[in-house]
Amino acid sequence: MGVINSGFGGRHGSSDPRLPPGQTHVYDWPVLSTGPTPNVDEGRWSFTITTEDEVAHRWNWSEFQEVGVEDIVTDIHCVTHWSKLDMAWRGVPIDRLFEDVETSYDYVMVRSYGGYTTNLPLEDLLDGQAWVATEAEGEPLTPEHGGPARLLVPHLYFWKSAKWIRGMEMMPSDDPGFWEQNGYHLRGDPWREERYW
Amino acid sequence: MTPIRVRWHLGRVLSRQFETESAIRLELDVPTWPGNVAGAHLDIRLTAPDGYQASRSYSLASSGESTRVMLVVQELPGGEVSPFLVRQLAEGEEIEVQGPLGRFFVWIPAEPEQSPVQLIAGGSGVVPLFSMASAREREPKGAEFRLLYSVRSPRDEFFADELAELSRTLVEIVHTRESAPGAGQPPGRLTREALAASTFPASLSPRIFICGPTPFVEAVAGWLVELGHDPTQIRTERFGGSP
Repeated sequence: MGVINSGFGGRHGSSDPRLPPGQTHVYDWPVLSTGPTPNVDEGRWSFTITTEDEVAHRWNWSEFQEVGVEDIVTDIHCVTHWSKLDMAWRGVPIDRLFEDVETSYDYVMVRSYGGYTTNLPLEDLLDGQAWVATEAEGEPLTPEHGGPARLLVPHLYFWKSAKWIRGMEMMPSDDPGFWEQNGYHLRGDPWREERYW
Repeated sequence: MTPIRVRWHLGRVLSRQFETESAIRLELDVPTWPGNVAGAHLDIRLTAPDGYQASRSYSLASSGESTRVMLVVQELPGGEVSPFLVRQLAEGEEIEVQGPLGRFFVWIPAEPEQSPVQLIAGGSGVVPLFSMASAREREPKGAEFRLLYSVRSPRDEFFADELAELSRTLVEIVHTRESAPGAGQPPGRLTREALAASTFPASLSPRIFICGPTPFVEAVAGWLVELGHDPTQIRTERFGGSP
Protein backbone atom coordinates (compact mmCIF):
# COMPACT_ATOMS: atom_id res chain seq x y z
CA MET A 1 0.00 0.00 0.00
CA GLY A 2 3.07 2.18 0.08
CA VAL A 3 2.59 3.45 3.63
CA ILE A 4 5.78 4.53 5.34
CA ASN A 5 5.88 5.19 9.08
CA SER A 6 8.72 7.69 9.00
CA GLY A 7 9.39 7.63 12.74
CA PHE A 8 9.55 3.85 12.89
CA GLY A 9 13.05 2.47 13.08
CA GLY A 10 12.39 -1.13 13.95
CA ARG A 11 14.88 -3.51 15.35
CA HIS A 12 16.00 -5.06 12.09
CA GLY A 13 17.33 -7.91 14.16
CA SER A 14 14.36 -9.65 12.69
CA SER A 15 15.81 -9.66 9.18
CA ASP A 16 17.17 -13.18 9.69
CA PRO A 17 16.63 -15.12 6.42
CA ARG A 18 15.15 -17.97 8.44
CA LEU A 19 12.21 -15.73 9.40
CA PRO A 20 9.13 -15.92 7.15
CA PRO A 21 7.45 -12.60 6.25
CA GLY A 22 5.65 -10.82 9.09
CA GLN A 23 7.44 -12.82 11.79
CA THR A 24 9.59 -11.61 14.70
CA HIS A 25 12.33 -13.61 16.37
CA VAL A 26 11.58 -14.35 20.05
CA TYR A 27 13.73 -16.03 22.63
CA ASP A 28 11.05 -16.99 25.15
CA TRP A 29 8.31 -19.45 24.25
CA PRO A 30 4.84 -17.86 24.35
CA VAL A 31 1.83 -20.00 25.31
CA LEU A 32 -1.40 -19.86 23.33
CA SER A 33 -4.44 -22.01 23.90
CA THR A 34 -8.18 -21.67 23.64
CA GLY A 35 -9.20 -22.87 27.10
CA PRO A 36 -7.97 -24.43 30.33
CA THR A 37 -4.89 -26.65 30.11
CA PRO A 38 -6.08 -30.27 30.26
CA ASN A 39 -4.38 -32.47 32.79
CA VAL A 40 -3.26 -35.51 30.80
CA ASP A 41 -0.93 -37.83 32.67
CA GLU A 42 1.14 -40.42 30.86
CA GLY A 43 -0.80 -43.25 32.53
CA ARG A 44 -4.01 -42.38 30.74
CA TRP A 45 -2.46 -41.05 27.54
CA SER A 46 -2.78 -43.01 24.34
CA PHE A 47 -2.45 -42.28 20.64
CA THR A 48 -4.78 -43.76 18.02
CA ILE A 49 -4.86 -43.61 14.22
CA THR A 50 -8.21 -44.59 12.70
CA THR A 51 -8.93 -45.26 9.04
CA GLU A 52 -11.96 -45.59 6.76
CA ASP A 53 -12.07 -49.32 7.57
CA GLU A 54 -12.59 -48.43 11.24
CA VAL A 55 -9.22 -50.02 11.90
CA ALA A 56 -7.53 -48.44 14.91
CA HIS A 57 -3.79 -48.39 15.43
CA ARG A 58 -3.26 -47.62 19.08
CA TRP A 59 -0.27 -47.08 21.34
CA ASN A 60 -0.17 -46.44 25.07
CA TRP A 61 2.65 -44.35 26.53
CA SER A 62 5.20 -47.14 26.93
CA GLU A 63 4.37 -48.75 23.58
CA PHE A 64 4.73 -45.32 22.02
CA GLN A 65 8.24 -44.86 23.40
CA GLU A 66 9.24 -48.16 21.80
CA VAL A 67 8.29 -46.96 18.31
CA GLY A 68 11.55 -45.03 18.37
CA VAL A 69 12.29 -41.35 18.88
CA GLU A 70 14.31 -38.90 16.81
CA ASP A 71 16.06 -35.69 17.77
CA ILE A 72 15.17 -32.70 15.63
CA VAL A 73 16.44 -29.12 15.56
CA THR A 74 13.97 -26.84 13.83
CA ASP A 75 12.41 -23.37 13.68
CA ILE A 76 8.77 -22.85 14.67
CA HIS A 77 6.45 -20.09 13.45
CA CYS A 78 3.30 -18.94 15.23
CA VAL A 79 0.56 -17.09 13.32
CA THR A 80 0.61 -14.44 16.09
CA HIS A 81 3.86 -13.19 14.49
CA TRP A 82 6.56 -14.83 16.58
CA SER A 83 9.12 -17.38 15.49
CA LYS A 84 11.53 -19.34 17.60
CA LEU A 85 14.69 -20.55 15.88
CA ASP A 86 16.86 -23.63 16.37
CA MET A 87 14.64 -25.38 18.88
CA ALA A 88 15.68 -28.84 19.99
CA TRP A 89 12.85 -31.38 19.94
CA ARG A 90 12.51 -35.12 20.49
CA GLY A 91 9.63 -37.11 19.10
CA VAL A 92 8.34 -40.11 17.19
CA PRO A 93 8.29 -39.58 13.41
CA ILE A 94 4.80 -39.74 11.90
CA ASP A 95 6.30 -41.94 9.17
CA ARG A 96 6.94 -44.65 11.74
CA LEU A 97 3.40 -44.43 13.10
CA PHE A 98 1.95 -44.83 9.60
CA GLU A 99 4.12 -47.83 8.63
CA ASP A 100 1.26 -50.30 9.08
CA VAL A 101 -1.62 -47.95 8.31
CA GLU A 102 -3.51 -48.65 5.09
CA THR A 103 -5.75 -45.89 3.84
CA SER A 104 -6.88 -44.40 0.56
CA TYR A 105 -7.81 -41.10 2.23
CA ASP A 106 -5.51 -38.12 1.75
CA TYR A 107 -6.44 -35.94 4.74
CA VAL A 108 -6.10 -36.18 8.49
CA MET A 109 -8.09 -34.70 11.36
CA VAL A 110 -5.84 -34.41 14.39
CA ARG A 111 -7.66 -34.73 17.72
CA SER A 112 -6.51 -33.60 21.14
CA TYR A 113 -7.47 -34.07 24.76
CA GLY A 114 -9.66 -31.09 25.62
CA GLY A 115 -11.39 -31.19 22.24
CA TYR A 116 -9.02 -29.25 19.96
CA THR A 117 -8.84 -30.35 16.32
CA THR A 118 -6.77 -29.37 13.30
CA ASN A 119 -6.77 -30.65 9.70
CA LEU A 120 -3.77 -31.53 7.55
CA PRO A 121 -3.13 -33.26 4.23
CA LEU A 122 -1.30 -36.55 4.87
CA GLU A 123 1.47 -35.35 2.56
CA ASP A 124 2.31 -32.60 5.08
CA LEU A 125 2.81 -35.24 7.78
CA LEU A 126 4.95 -37.83 6.00
CA ASP A 127 8.48 -37.92 4.55
CA GLY A 128 10.28 -36.64 7.61
CA GLN A 129 8.16 -33.50 8.01
CA ALA A 130 6.27 -34.19 11.25
CA TRP A 131 6.55 -35.86 14.63
CA VAL A 132 4.60 -36.52 17.80
CA ALA A 133 6.92 -34.70 20.18
CA THR A 134 7.40 -35.53 23.83
CA GLU A 135 10.38 -33.31 24.68
CA ALA A 136 11.51 -29.79 23.85
CA GLU A 137 14.82 -28.13 24.73
CA GLY A 138 15.93 -31.26 26.56
CA GLU A 139 12.94 -31.44 28.93
CA PRO A 140 9.65 -33.33 28.86
CA LEU A 141 6.93 -31.10 27.39
CA THR A 142 5.13 -29.18 30.13
CA PRO A 143 1.31 -29.26 30.19
CA GLU A 144 0.98 -25.65 28.99
CA HIS A 145 3.12 -26.48 25.95
CA GLY A 146 1.07 -29.59 25.18
CA GLY A 147 2.63 -32.25 27.39
CA PRO A 148 2.82 -35.14 27.57
CA ALA A 149 2.76 -35.15 23.75
CA ARG A 150 2.00 -32.74 20.93
CA LEU A 151 2.16 -32.79 17.17
CA LEU A 152 5.18 -31.05 15.62
CA VAL A 153 4.78 -29.86 12.01
CA PRO A 154 7.36 -27.09 11.88
CA HIS A 155 6.91 -26.15 8.21
CA LEU A 156 3.33 -24.94 8.91
CA TYR A 157 2.06 -22.30 11.36
CA PHE A 158 2.18 -23.69 14.85
CA TRP A 159 -1.57 -23.97 15.46
CA LYS A 160 -1.25 -27.10 13.27
CA SER A 161 1.12 -28.61 15.86
CA ALA A 162 -1.75 -29.64 18.13
CA LYS A 163 -1.05 -29.80 21.86
CA TRP A 164 -2.23 -32.77 24.00
CA ILE A 165 -2.57 -34.93 20.91
CA ARG A 166 -4.57 -38.14 21.27
CA GLY A 167 -5.09 -39.31 17.75
CA MET A 168 -5.50 -38.90 14.01
CA GLU A 169 -8.52 -39.77 11.93
CA MET A 170 -8.22 -40.26 8.19
CA MET A 171 -10.65 -38.16 6.09
CA PRO A 172 -11.59 -38.21 2.39
CA SER A 173 -11.62 -34.40 2.17
CA ASP A 174 -9.80 -31.50 3.83
CA ASP A 175 -12.47 -30.62 6.43
CA PRO A 176 -11.55 -27.67 8.65
CA GLY A 177 -10.44 -28.17 12.25
CA PHE A 178 -10.93 -25.79 15.16
CA TRP A 179 -9.03 -22.66 14.11
CA GLU A 180 -9.67 -23.39 10.46
CA GLN A 181 -13.42 -23.03 11.19
CA ASN A 182 -12.65 -19.82 13.03
CA GLY A 183 -11.08 -17.84 10.23
CA TYR A 184 -7.60 -19.32 9.96
CA HIS A 185 -6.19 -20.75 6.76
CA LEU A 186 -6.84 -24.35 5.77
CA ARG A 187 -3.13 -25.12 5.27
CA GLY A 188 -1.06 -22.39 6.96
CA ASP A 189 2.26 -22.13 5.12
CA PRO A 190 4.23 -19.36 6.89
CA TRP A 191 6.41 -18.64 3.84
CA ARG A 192 3.27 -17.79 1.86
CA GLU A 193 1.70 -16.00 4.85
CA GLU A 194 -1.32 -18.30 4.75
CA ARG A 195 -2.67 -16.84 8.00
CA TYR A 196 -6.36 -16.14 7.45
CA TRP A 197 -8.98 -16.68 4.82
CA MET B 1 -22.93 -10.94 11.90
CA THR B 2 -21.72 -13.39 9.27
CA PRO B 3 -17.98 -13.93 8.98
CA ILE B 4 -16.30 -11.16 7.06
CA ARG B 5 -13.35 -11.74 4.82
CA VAL B 6 -10.05 -10.65 6.33
CA ARG B 7 -8.06 -8.14 4.31
CA TRP B 8 -5.63 -5.27 4.59
CA HIS B 9 -6.98 -1.80 5.27
CA LEU B 10 -5.49 1.64 5.51
CA GLY B 11 -6.17 3.42 8.79
CA ARG B 12 -5.50 6.97 9.93
CA VAL B 13 -4.94 8.00 13.53
CA LEU B 14 -7.86 10.21 14.55
CA SER B 15 -6.81 10.67 18.14
CA ARG B 16 -4.28 9.46 20.65
CA GLN B 17 -4.63 9.81 24.36
CA PHE B 18 -2.68 8.32 27.24
CA GLU B 19 -4.82 5.76 29.04
CA THR B 20 -2.19 5.27 31.75
CA GLU B 21 1.42 6.44 31.99
CA SER B 22 2.50 3.62 29.71
CA ALA B 23 -0.53 2.86 27.56
CA ILE B 24 -2.08 4.78 24.68
CA ARG B 25 -5.68 4.85 23.51
CA LEU B 26 -5.74 5.09 19.72
CA GLU B 27 -8.78 5.87 17.67
CA LEU B 28 -8.35 4.96 14.01
CA ASP B 29 -10.43 5.94 11.03
CA VAL B 30 -10.50 2.93 8.67
CA PRO B 31 -12.84 3.85 5.78
CA THR B 32 -13.00 0.27 4.41
CA TRP B 33 -13.42 -1.44 7.80
CA PRO B 34 -16.44 -3.80 7.65
CA GLY B 35 -17.14 -3.64 11.38
CA ASN B 36 -16.19 -6.27 13.93
CA VAL B 37 -17.65 -8.36 16.70
CA ALA B 38 -16.72 -7.74 20.33
CA GLY B 39 -13.51 -9.52 21.26
CA ALA B 40 -12.00 -9.37 17.76
CA HIS B 41 -8.48 -8.18 17.07
CA LEU B 42 -6.42 -6.83 14.20
CA ASP B 43 -2.86 -6.94 12.99
CA ILE B 44 -0.92 -3.70 12.69
CA ARG B 45 1.93 -3.54 10.17
CA LEU B 46 4.53 -0.79 10.37
CA THR B 47 6.94 0.01 7.56
CA ALA B 48 10.23 1.83 8.22
CA PRO B 49 11.63 4.24 5.60
CA ASP B 50 14.10 1.56 4.47
CA GLY B 51 11.26 -0.91 3.81
CA TYR B 52 11.69 -2.97 6.98
CA GLN B 53 8.32 -4.17 8.31
CA ALA B 54 7.04 -5.41 11.65
CA SER B 55 3.56 -6.78 12.48
CA ARG B 56 1.77 -7.32 15.79
CA SER B 57 -1.73 -8.31 16.89
CA TYR B 58 -3.85 -6.05 19.11
CA SER B 59 -7.28 -6.57 20.57
CA LEU B 60 -9.96 -4.07 19.64
CA ALA B 61 -11.75 -2.17 22.40
CA SER B 62 -14.56 -1.27 19.99
CA SER B 63 -17.14 -3.35 18.15
CA GLY B 64 -20.09 -2.93 15.82
CA GLU B 65 -20.54 -1.65 12.30
CA SER B 66 -18.32 1.39 12.49
CA THR B 67 -15.35 2.49 10.44
CA ARG B 68 -13.81 3.99 13.56
CA VAL B 69 -11.96 1.48 15.69
CA MET B 70 -10.39 1.91 19.08
CA LEU B 71 -7.54 0.08 20.71
CA VAL B 72 -5.42 0.54 23.81
CA VAL B 73 -1.78 -0.45 23.52
CA GLN B 74 0.38 -1.17 26.55
CA GLU B 75 4.03 -0.24 26.10
CA LEU B 76 6.32 -3.21 26.61
CA PRO B 77 9.74 -1.93 27.67
CA GLY B 78 12.34 -2.90 25.10
CA GLY B 79 9.63 -3.83 22.63
CA GLU B 80 9.89 -3.06 18.94
CA VAL B 81 6.38 -1.98 17.99
CA SER B 82 4.56 -0.95 21.17
CA PRO B 83 6.98 1.88 22.15
CA PHE B 84 6.50 3.38 18.69
CA LEU B 85 2.71 3.16 18.93
CA VAL B 86 2.66 4.58 22.46
CA ARG B 87 5.28 7.32 22.12
CA GLN B 88 5.70 8.25 18.47
CA LEU B 89 2.79 7.41 16.20
CA ALA B 90 1.32 10.80 15.31
CA GLU B 91 -2.23 12.01 14.94
CA GLY B 92 -3.09 11.95 11.24
CA GLU B 93 -0.45 9.32 10.48
CA GLU B 94 -1.46 6.33 8.35
CA ILE B 95 -0.92 2.72 9.35
CA GLU B 96 -1.81 -0.59 7.74
CA VAL B 97 -4.18 -2.89 9.58
CA GLN B 98 -5.40 -6.41 8.73
CA GLY B 99 -8.65 -7.76 9.99
CA PRO B 100 -11.09 -8.18 11.53
CA LEU B 101 -9.54 -11.27 13.13
CA GLY B 102 -10.88 -13.81 15.59
CA ARG B 103 -14.19 -15.67 15.64
CA PHE B 104 -13.77 -17.70 18.81
CA PHE B 105 -12.86 -15.33 21.64
CA VAL B 106 -15.85 -13.15 20.76
CA TRP B 107 -19.27 -12.33 22.11
CA ILE B 108 -22.16 -11.88 19.68
CA PRO B 109 -25.31 -10.32 21.16
CA ALA B 110 -27.71 -11.93 18.70
CA GLU B 111 -26.88 -15.43 19.92
CA PRO B 112 -29.68 -16.82 22.07
CA GLU B 113 -28.15 -17.03 25.49
CA GLN B 114 -29.53 -18.53 28.67
CA SER B 115 -26.40 -18.64 30.78
CA PRO B 116 -24.67 -15.59 32.22
CA VAL B 117 -21.31 -14.33 30.95
CA GLN B 118 -18.30 -13.98 33.21
CA LEU B 119 -15.40 -11.85 32.00
CA ILE B 120 -12.04 -12.13 33.81
CA ALA B 121 -9.19 -9.77 32.92
CA GLY B 122 -5.57 -9.60 33.99
CA GLY B 123 -3.87 -6.25 33.25
CA SER B 124 -4.18 -5.07 29.65
CA GLY B 125 -6.15 -8.27 28.92
CA VAL B 126 -9.16 -6.14 29.79
CA VAL B 127 -9.31 -4.67 26.27
CA PRO B 128 -11.34 -7.37 24.44
CA LEU B 129 -13.47 -7.92 27.57
CA PHE B 130 -14.27 -4.22 27.77
CA SER B 131 -15.36 -4.51 24.15
CA MET B 132 -17.76 -7.32 25.11
CA ALA B 133 -19.15 -5.40 28.10
CA SER B 134 -19.65 -2.34 25.88
CA ALA B 135 -21.46 -4.44 23.29
CA ARG B 136 -23.69 -5.82 26.05
CA GLU B 137 -24.37 -2.26 27.18
CA ARG B 138 -25.91 -1.47 23.79
CA GLU B 139 -28.44 -4.33 24.07
CA PRO B 140 -31.64 -3.73 26.00
CA LYS B 141 -31.99 -7.42 26.82
CA GLY B 142 -29.55 -10.27 27.21
CA ALA B 143 -27.43 -12.35 29.49
CA GLU B 144 -26.22 -11.17 32.86
CA PHE B 145 -22.61 -9.98 32.72
CA ARG B 146 -19.91 -9.76 35.35
CA LEU B 147 -16.34 -8.52 34.92
CA LEU B 148 -13.54 -9.32 37.35
CA TYR B 149 -10.52 -7.14 36.57
CA SER B 150 -7.16 -7.80 38.21
CA VAL B 151 -4.77 -4.87 37.81
CA ARG B 152 -1.67 -3.60 39.64
CA SER B 153 -3.03 -0.31 40.96
CA PRO B 154 -5.74 2.29 40.31
CA ARG B 155 -3.22 4.19 38.15
CA ASP B 156 -2.88 1.19 35.86
CA GLU B 157 -6.59 0.74 35.18
CA PHE B 158 -7.79 0.96 31.59
CA PHE B 159 -11.27 2.40 30.89
CA ALA B 160 -11.66 3.49 34.51
CA ASP B 161 -14.46 5.98 33.73
CA GLU B 162 -16.30 3.74 31.27
CA LEU B 163 -16.19 0.75 33.62
CA ALA B 164 -17.68 2.83 36.42
CA GLU B 165 -20.60 3.77 34.16
CA LEU B 166 -21.52 0.28 32.96
CA SER B 167 -25.07 -0.52 33.96
CA ARG B 168 -25.41 -4.03 32.52
CA THR B 169 -22.13 -5.51 33.75
CA LEU B 170 -21.30 -5.88 37.41
CA VAL B 171 -17.64 -4.82 37.69
CA GLU B 172 -15.26 -5.86 40.43
CA ILE B 173 -11.66 -4.66 40.43
CA VAL B 174 -8.86 -6.38 42.33
CA HIS B 175 -5.67 -4.37 42.87
CA THR B 176 -2.62 -6.59 43.14
CA ARG B 177 0.10 -4.13 44.19
CA GLU B 178 -1.45 -0.90 45.40
CA SER B 179 -5.00 -0.19 46.59
CA ALA B 180 -7.08 2.91 46.07
CA PRO B 181 -6.78 5.44 48.90
CA GLY B 182 -9.19 4.49 51.66
CA ALA B 183 -9.78 1.01 50.26
CA GLY B 184 -11.03 -1.41 52.87
CA GLN B 185 -8.58 -4.11 51.98
CA PRO B 186 -4.87 -4.37 51.24
CA PRO B 187 -3.68 -5.10 47.70
CA GLY B 188 -2.95 -8.68 46.82
CA ARG B 189 -2.99 -11.22 44.05
CA LEU B 190 -6.22 -12.94 43.18
CA THR B 191 -6.74 -16.19 45.09
CA ARG B 192 -9.00 -19.13 44.34
CA GLU B 193 -11.28 -18.11 47.20
CA ALA B 194 -11.51 -14.50 46.04
CA LEU B 195 -12.17 -15.72 42.51
CA ALA B 196 -15.00 -17.95 43.73
CA ALA B 197 -16.50 -15.08 45.69
CA SER B 198 -16.38 -12.60 42.79
CA THR B 199 -17.65 -14.69 39.88
CA PHE B 200 -20.79 -16.54 38.84
CA PRO B 201 -20.85 -19.98 40.48
CA ALA B 202 -20.52 -23.16 38.42
CA SER B 203 -24.17 -23.99 39.23
CA LEU B 204 -25.24 -21.19 36.86
CA SER B 205 -23.09 -22.64 34.02
CA PRO B 206 -21.68 -19.26 32.96
CA ARG B 207 -19.78 -18.79 29.74
CA ILE B 208 -16.37 -17.53 30.79
CA PHE B 209 -13.86 -15.39 28.88
CA ILE B 210 -10.39 -14.97 30.42
CA CYS B 211 -7.72 -12.69 28.96
CA GLY B 212 -4.37 -11.77 30.46
CA PRO B 213 -0.76 -12.82 30.76
CA THR B 214 -0.15 -16.56 30.61
CA PRO B 215 0.51 -17.20 34.35
CA PHE B 216 -2.71 -15.34 35.22
CA VAL B 217 -4.77 -17.23 32.64
CA GLU B 218 -3.28 -20.58 33.66
CA ALA B 219 -4.00 -19.99 37.35
CA VAL B 220 -7.52 -18.64 36.88
CA ALA B 221 -8.61 -21.26 34.33
CA GLY B 222 -7.21 -24.03 36.53
CA TRP B 223 -9.05 -22.72 39.62
CA LEU B 224 -12.33 -22.43 37.71
CA VAL B 225 -12.09 -26.08 36.64
CA GLU B 226 -11.36 -27.03 40.28
CA LEU B 227 -14.42 -25.00 41.31
CA GLY B 228 -16.57 -27.19 39.08
CA HIS B 229 -16.84 -25.12 35.90
CA ASP B 230 -17.11 -27.03 32.62
CA PRO B 231 -13.78 -26.60 30.76
CA THR B 232 -15.64 -26.32 27.45
CA GLN B 233 -17.40 -23.18 28.75
CA ILE B 234 -14.08 -21.45 29.41
CA ARG B 235 -12.44 -19.52 26.59
CA THR B 236 -8.98 -18.07 27.04
CA GLU B 237 -6.78 -15.59 25.26
CA ARG B 238 -3.25 -14.88 26.38
CA PHE B 239 -0.62 -12.35 25.56
CA GLY B 240 3.06 -12.33 26.15
CA GLY B 241 4.08 -13.05 22.59
CA SER B 242 6.10 -10.65 20.52
CA PRO B 243 6.74 -7.33 22.26
